[in-house]
Amino acid sequence: MAYSDKVLDHYSNPRNVGSMDKNSSEVGTGLVGAPECGDVMKLQIKVNPQTNIIEDAKFKTFGCGSAIASSSLATEWVKGKTVDEALQIKNTEIVKELSLPPVKIHCSVLAEDAIRAAIHDWKKKQDVAKPAAVAAQ
Amino acid sequence: MSTDVKTIPQAEHVAPDGVKLPVYMDNHATTPMDPRVLEEMLPYFMEKFGNAASRNHSFGWAGEEGVETARERVAKLVGATTKEIIFTSGATESDNLAIKGVAEMYREKGNHIITTVTEHKAVLDTCKRLEKNGYRVTYMPVQKDGLVDLEDLKRAMDDKTILVSIMWANNEIGVLQPVAEIGKLCRERGIIFHTDATQAVGKIPVDVNKNNIDVMSISAHKMYGPKGVGALYVRRKNPRVQISAIIDGGGHERGMRSGTLNVPGIVGLGKACAIAFEEMAKESCYLAGLRNRLRDKIMGGLDEVYINGSWEHRLPGNLNISFAYVEGESLLMGINDIAVSSGSACTSATLEPSYVLKALGTGDDLAHSSIRFGLGRFNTEAEVDYVADRVVETVSRLRELSPLYEMAKEGVDLKSVKWAAE
Repeated sequence: MAYSDKVLDHYSNPRNVGSMDKNSSEVGTGLVGAPECGDVMKLQIKVNPQTNIIEDAKFKTFGCGSAIASSSLATEWVKGKTVDEALQIKNTEIVKELSLPPVKIHCSVLAEDAIRAAIHDWKKKQDVAKPAAVAAQ
Repeated sequence: MSTDVKTIPQAEHVAPDGVKLPVYMDNHATTPMDPRVLEEMLPYFMEKFGNAASRNHSFGWAGEEGVETARERVAKLVGATTKEIIFTSGATESDNLAIKGVAEMYREKGNHIITTVTEHKAVLDTCKRLEKNGYRVTYMPVQKDGLVDLEDLKRAMDDKTILVSIMWANNEIGVLQPVAEIGKLCRERGIIFHTDATQAVGKIPVDVNKNNIDVMSISAHKMYGPKGVGALYVRRKNPRVQISAIIDGGGHERGMRSGTLNVPGIVGLGKACAIAFEEMAKESCYLAGLRNRLRDKIMGGLDEVYINGSWEHRLPGNLNISFAYVEGESLLMGINDIAVSSGSACTSATLEPSYVLKALGTGDDLAHSSIRFGLGRFNTEAEVDYVADRVVETVSRLRELSPLYEMAKEGVDLKSVKWAAE
């Protein structure tokens, strides 16, 4: 199978590889996929509680080159966005940017899921941490 | 607190002295032709172009002479007589002819066929077709090491069993089945034993008499011969085996395989067998040495690496390894100057990981992480060293990227995790 230059670039030089403290209240962690299916993505975001802006993002992925590229790209795209803006990222945009072939579309879906799961995890922490503040708004 | 992983960007690789890139290490898929084979074939394309079935002129005689010399060479390599060798277009045709031919010929005697789940698709899909035509097929499981359990085999046999088809050497994991014992069990019960010996012939000693083989498939391109030619051994004595033809026509090859003979291809197969006969003993030591060196270097550089299939009963040139926590296709991307195969679903058309590895009880996760290295006649020690270094470096790099490796190192039992699979 031929890979696009962008997939090869992300595969060879993945951006934002690493891990953040998953217990921190500012960090949301999304872990999606399953080893039996050949794809697992962990995507983490660090959100500024004042601005809701994603200040940092890290990922680790077990999967094919397209899965690695999709999650690497996802970390680039969520950085600097607010969580609501990040929720607007669609898998089809990832497919387009990386020129993924039809058999690799599930990689982009997984990346979108990872973003959502990370944001969901962060939001859950906010609800637990400051229910009063939320109610006051 | 955030930990940045210094992922080593993939480096540009320069081949060390004596290594030409890309390195070919996929010799179970096919082998390059030996130049001595090509040399032997060349006259049969132009000057000796005659049809081997033309009996009344010298052009035909030259072709026939080439074919008969080849037949002697093939027979000699496997301990058969010349009349027992039928030339075909390759091992897939040989498997089809063996199984369909025996099934049809012995239909009145019974309709039961036994094979194993780790056979090549040429055998499995042929059996599936026969099932639609009223035959009953038992697909035997294999043990964790890839070997059939002879007791299972005995239990599977009944008075309607006409054929057992079990491969000699597996194309993915290189595991060698106990063919002599299987053949003995079949002989005692009057059941015909076919073995797909595509990966075995020319690599390990193959003797149809010592190993109680009745019908055997042979391919040229797995032993440094040309593609598109193979043979089927069909026993003539003790017992005499008969098969129905599946291709009708001019009655070539004793009526078992009609069609003008592929003379240059057959000459090439013959030469490949002659070379194997002379050089096999030395070559198998050489290949086992290279293979063990590759294993030692890879296992010395990485933890959590698992060999698939029996180590003891294995082709000398085969190494099939799973690299835990790393997905096979991404590994192949990282070693793209090395030609090998993966059991990963992502490299197959079906998106299913290797059915052979699954049959050994290998989890899907490890099946996705497997690489098959197939060493051959033209591989060198320098190539093995280069490949081992590249594999260790790439697996290490991908493990730094792998959430599974990180979780395992933190002591998380990955089997107990509830995965949010879609």
